[in-house]
Parts: sequence; structure tokens; C-alpha cells
Amino acid sequence: MHAKDKNQSRRAFLKTSVVGTGGLMLSFNWLSAQTDTWEGKEVRALENVRLSGHIIINADNSVVIYSQNPEIGQNVKTSMPMIIAEELDVDWNQVSVEQADLDTEKFKRQVAGGSQSIRKSWPVLRKAGATVRALLISAAAEQWGVSAIELRTETGYVIGKSGEKLSYGSLAEAAAKQKIPKKVSLKKAKDFSLIGKSVMNVASREIVTGTAKFGIDTQREGMVYARLLHAPGFGQKLVSFDAKQALQIKGVTEVFEIDNKVAIIADSTWTAIKGGEAIKTIWSKPLTSEDSKVQRKTLLDMVNAKGQNAKVNMGNVEQGFKKADQVLERTYEAPFLPHNCMEPMNFFADVTDEKVELYGPIQTPENQRRAVAKLLKRSEDEISLGISRIGGGFGRRLNGDFVLEAALISNKIRKPVQLIYTREDDMTAGVYRPAVTYKFKAGLTDGKISAYDLSGAGINMRNTVRPGTWPQASVPNFKLESQSLESHVTFGYWRAPTSNFLAFAEQTFVDELAEIAKKDPIQFRLESLKQAIDAPFGKVRYEPLRMIGVLKLVAEKSNWETKKKGLYRGVSAYYSHNTYVAEVVEITIVGGQPKIERVVVATDCGIVVNASGAHNQAMGAVVDGIGHAMYGEMPLENGVPQHRNFDTYKALRNSEAPKVETHFVKSQKAPSGLGEPTLPPAAAAFANAMYAATRKRLYSQPFSEQGVVLQ
Amino acid sequence: MDLQVNGKKYTIDIDPQTPILWVLRDHLKLVGTKYGCGIGQCGACTIHFNGTAVRSCSIPVAAAANVAITTIEGLSEKGDHPVQKAWVDLDVPQCGYCQAGQIMTASALLSQNNKPTEEEIKLGMSGNICRCSTYTKINKAVKQASENL
Repeated sequence: MHAKDKNQSRRAFLKTSVVGTGGLMLSFNWLSAQTDTWEGKEVRALENVRLSGHIIINADNSVVIYSQNPEIGQNVKTSMPMIIAEELDVDWNQVSVEQADLDTEKFKRQVAGGSQSIRKSWPVLRKAGATVRALLISAAAEQWGVSAIELRTETGYVIGKSGEKLSYGSLAEAAAKQKIPKKVSLKKAKDFSLIGKSVMNVASREIVTGTAKFGIDTQREGMVYARLLHAPGFGQKLVSFDAKQALQIKGVTEVFEIDNKVAIIADSTWTAIKGGEAIKTIWSKPLTSEDSKVQRKTLLDMVNAKGQNAKVNMGNVEQGFKKADQVLERTYEAPFLPHNCMEPMNFFADVTDEKVELYGPIQTPENQRRAVAKLLKRSEDEISLGISRIGGGFGRRLNGDFVLEAALISNKIRKPVQLIYTREDDMTAGVYRPAVTYKFKAGLTDGKISAYDLSGAGINMRNTVRPGTWPQASVPNFKLESQSLESHVTFGYWRAPTSNFLAFAEQTFVDELAEIAKKDPIQFRLESLKQAIDAPFGKVRYEPLRMIGVLKLVAEKSNWETKKKGLYRGVSAYYSHNTYVAEVVEITIVGGQPKIERVVVATDCGIVVNASGAHNQAMGAVVDGIGHAMYGEMPLENGVPQHRNFDTYKALRNSEAPKVETHFVKSQKAPSGLGEPTLPPAAAAFANAMYAATRKRLYSQPFSEQGVVLQ
Repeated sequence: MDLQVNGKKYTIDIDPQTPILWVLRDHLKLVGTKYGCGIGQCGACTIHFNGTAVRSCSIPVAAAANVAITTIEGLSEKGDHPVQKAWVDLDVPQCGYCQAGQIMTASALLSQNNKPTEEEIKLGMSGNICRCSTYTKINKAVKQASENL
């Protein structure tokens, strides 16, 4: 495919074609690498670039915009098309949005992960919209026999000097024949009419009427259902199974071993579930090493061992500690976490001699197509992959284990198959946020951090630390170490990987340091950030000014300076996913337990594309962060996950959800991501508020294990 | 057996122990009702049984004889139930998977108590998990719907 790309002529990069409905379909190229120096400037038109999203303009002036990235609830199906619509200059009411299938020739990047969808597509989608707008103007200029410079556009119309207008729909066919401009103008931020507004989720109506189709809703002619029984404990192997009883159930058609699991094929989901329950399996002995208590102790020993695998080592931390006025040492521990997407893992596969059809909820469709091709020894060209609406991702669906399983099963039985995990299958299947332990040691000299040593050890974690972020450039003696404990437990990225617990540990530790330094916790952070601007130690790889900005904003919006009797506050600030966030949690104490009165969130993510979507992400991630810090854990005993469903696995409930107030820094900088970055600071802000109220520090999660009950 | 779903009659031949959830989804192709946990803990599968909210994953179809079942597809003819309208209006859904169950719980709650307090809404909605944590928006939407009943 890449070879074909190279051979295409430049003209062919922008494909125009008249479609059946009398409309025009336009496809766009991707920019290879475009920085954010776009404001009001002319940028090179669609040359030297690869294919990207596409638009259909119909004769009736309605516009269809294809959304290329998987929608997992992060709002990209609304916010990415908004960017195209802004530059195309159409009325949002003209626009309908369709989910695009995997097509890396048209759309280069089709991933939901790392909060990167908006950040990476911003320049590309803008240019795409602007280029089509230029083609439409050019078509109108030709029709009127005037110069394109005399023309402007407004909500789906090209408008002439004396007010005459032509709809985009009427110009679409002629626009397809126009020469692609070498350069196009992008709007100035002050002229945005759609970006920055609150735009309702494009799928809302389908969702509230039950017509939105998720992967699990896939039903095809001749399709069978499959369930897989996996080992009860990590590291166990299938010895044998007895399917006699299962096969007596009406509707259960086949049972076989596949990849250390037992597959049950049935004519409905329920018979597949029941079939699974009727199978007797014998597995190899459980592994005593795969036990949370054992692993916790090992991780603790690892962080206490010195001189292991330094990721950063600047100055001399040991000397720094010797010279310091005060030294503080603290250890923090986090358990395994399952993702628990509300839609359990599932996938559709139909493998035939001619082709492989895959369809379902996946964050990384391109990787899965490649993996299935390798697994089944098929060419990628024979494989199609459709992306369904997705009932939650949180990182779980970056892993395509279930895609490969569905493909393997269909390949074996040569029938269309819908693989479905029960909640129990889903919760116990692994791909967990790894358990991790951190040991922090810091020295204070004249109220400033003069030495900082962080040692992290995580299970199957390549890296537990984040070099380059605060307080690296603010401290003269600075060291980060990371170790990994190998295990059979499968590891996965979980919303705001690494940051989701590291931020808690770091930001509660800093709260203690500020207390020892006898400084206000916001002031302490601001002074340290100022150090990174005025006299940094080494290279600064984030923007301290933007962090200062969110801290000041959160102080203002939470009335930080004004104390109120009985109201306790905690603050936390963290940079992740190119976004700067500061949060203040306010609690009262009711019957000896915390009631969260309010969470104030200040975020700098550059330009906010969709105000409502941005609020939703910021709010949801904060509650998610507090909920999992309160209750989330998946303990293992001899490799066996100790929770199987929501009866014992506690999730935060409606009555416990705090009110979240979101504020965004007004910015003209190119947007960054919002799916994750407001989650990391939340738990620390809550724990710091708890300390303000109770004088007790929280050092491990979940907090419920330490007797904390939300009111 | 005979079933009455969203005002329509269906006759199906099925193991009477099959949970209604799977009859709706796999047999009647009404897939708006979602599977979340299978043990009545998450609320994703909520439907109405003669107007009362129940967990369809935990009720065998045998118990549905002579019962008027309403699913999300049948809550209103045009998707304009005050709860549905408030949900769209306030831009509640994120991933959207749990929302059918949330809406069915909310609409049943309002049919029993058309002016619930904030506390009553929170309690009434606490049987439904939303992994995206849209809870505070949900509560606002229930409140708004109660004002537009």
C-alpha cells in the first residue's frame, strides 16, 4: 500500500468523485508534519501529504463528514468533524457525521489513545476543510466569470460582491473539476464561529432512543456466538476439559480448545454463557508467586534497593540530602486495576477463503488488522475492519486480544462469529493497570527542594517514571529510577497510563514538603515552577508558565485565599498528555467521613474545540480518578483475580459523585488532548483535602481499605 | 410463549429460564437494552415491567407472561420523552453504553415521583453504573425532565 502511495501523482492525492446521490465526495491528504504556526497565515495546500478524512457535499447542500477515529466516549466523533466544518464554513445543522471504517490510505491515523486525536488531527482537518472551501469558491468564480478574490463564504454558500449566492451543493460537481490550490487560508481564531461553542454529541439522539449500535449489538445472517473460558489464574495451562454436558444444551454446537482457552460455539449469547458454565475444566497448578501480597512485598524491596536502572541522574542526590535542612521519605502503593468498560469485550469476525471481515469496538484498528494478517497468514489487503460505536475504552481496547480470538475462532469454524465476554470473563481476563510502588525522598534547603530521588517499581512496567516533567528542572540534584517485576499478569494501559497513580504519589508528597517548608501548597508549587523559568537545572521539557497559569486560575476560582470554617481544601497540579491541569477538592466532614462539596478544575489544553465535550471529559475523568482511588483494586490470590463482577468490585455510584466545576484557560494555542489529563491530579487533591481535615495522610489506594467512606 | 413488548405481541419458542435481556437482544433483535453484568448490579439492562424499572438480566422470560414490557426502543414514539429530551439537551452521554438503562430507570422514577428532590434523584439513580461518570449531568437531566413532565 505504501508503494502504491508513492506512485500516485500529486493530482491524485485529492480524489474527487461524483457519488450516486448526485453529490460530491472529496478525500483529503494528511500533512506529514505540520506545526501549529497556522494562525491567519496561508499554509501550503494539499501537497506533499497523504490521504486523510473525507466529506460528501450533496446537491441539497447537506454535508456528510466521516469521522476517522474510534469513538470511545471521548467525543471525537463530534469534535473532529467540527474542525472540518469550521474551515469549510458550513452551518453545523447541514452536517451529518458517519463513522469511517479502517482505511489508512484515506485516513492516516485512526487511533483512540493517548489523548492525541484532536492534537494530531488539528492542522490536518483544518486544512482539509479550507481546501474544499477554496475549491467551491473557485467553482463559483468560474460560473460568475469573476476573480475568486472577490468572493467569500458563509454557512454553506459562496457569496459574490453584490450579495449573489450559490449553495455548496449546487457547486459541488463543478468544484470537483477545479485545480487544487497550492495554498489555502485558514481562519483566524477570532473568526471561529463553531470551534469553542457547545455542540451536542452527534450520536445523542441514537443513544437516547436505543438505536446507536455498539459492537456487542452486531447481528449478521448465519452468525454464531462464541464464548471463551480462560484460565482461572494467571500462568495456568489448560490440561483437559469435558464438554459432554455442555453439548447436551440445545443450541450449543461446538466446544474446542483454542490458545489455552476453551471455546464454546452456540446459537445465542445465553446458550454460549450457559454452555461455558456446563464445561468441566482442569488447569495446571496455580502459581503462588502471582499473589498480590507477595508481589507487594517484592515491589517494596525493589524500591528500597539502591542504584537500580536510573532514567535520569542529575547533580548528586546523596550529597544533596546530606546538605539539606530537612529530608522526607515516603512510600506509595497502587494495586492492579481492571478497566471495566461498561460494554464487555466482544468482536465480530468472518473468515472465508476470499476475505477476512472484522467489525467491532477497538481503539487500535490498524494494529489489529496487521496482527490478524500475521496470525492467519493472510494479506492485509484481504482484511476489512469496521469500527463500531464503543462502550468505553479507558485503554482496555488498545489491546486487541479479543480481536485475535474472534479471528482465530472464525478461521477454525469458517462461520461468521460474534465473540462475547461475560462480565466475569472480562473482569478476570487481565490487561490490568499494573500494581506499582513508589519511594520518594526529597531534601529541602531554605524552603526549596534541593534534592529529589524517586524510585518506582511496577509489574511488567517498562517505565514507572516520567522524565522531563516537574519538578525535574526545578531541582539541582535529581534522580529517577525505574524497575519492572516480571509476571504472568497481562499488563495494559489504563486511562492516563503511569500518570494515573504517579500524580497521586507525587502531588501528595509535595503537599507534605510544602507543609514542612511552612508554605502554602500553591505558593510552594508556584515558586518551584518559577525556578524552572528563571534558573532551570537542565532542559525544561514542559511549559512552566502554563502550569503557573492553571494554578493561578484554580486558586481564583476556588477562592483559595478565603478560608471557610468546616470546609477543607486540597490542591494538586499535573501535566500529562500535553495538557496542564490544576484541581482543588473541597470537603466537609460528616459523621467523621468526607463529603466532597466541589471539585474545581482549571485546564490549559490550548483552544477548546467543543465546550460541552470538554466539560464532559474534564468532569468525567475527575470523578473517574476519585472513584478508582477510593475503591478500585483487583487483588490476586495464587494468580486468581479476587473480583469477578460488580457485586464485590466496588465502582463509584451516582450518590457519591461530586460536583465538578470546570474552567479552561483562554488560549490561542493549538489544542491538545482532554480524554485523560484531568484524571491524574484528582486523587491527590482529594487526599490533600482529607489531610487538611483529618491530619491523616493517605499513602496507598484504594482509600476505602483505610476506612475512608464517601458521604 | 407470548410476550408483549412495546405494545407489540411476540410468540417465541424458548427455554423459559432464559433471562429476558437475551430474549430481547438475540431473539427479538431489540438491542437497545444492554448487557453489563448479568447479575442485576449495574443497571445497563433496565427495562419497564408494567411501568416499573427492573433488571432484565436477572428475570427469566417465564416471569414475563401477561406483563407489558417497555424497552428503550418503546419509551416514546418519536424519542421525545421528557427524559430523552433532557438527555440530549444537556449533552449527557459520553460513550453512551449505559444510558439506555439510565433513561429507563429515570423515567420509571419520575412516573412514581414526578417532583423528586436532588437526594431522591441520586438515590434513585444509584443502581446504575456509568463508567464515564456522567452522574452529575444525569441528575441535572432528571431534574430538568421532572420540570417538563
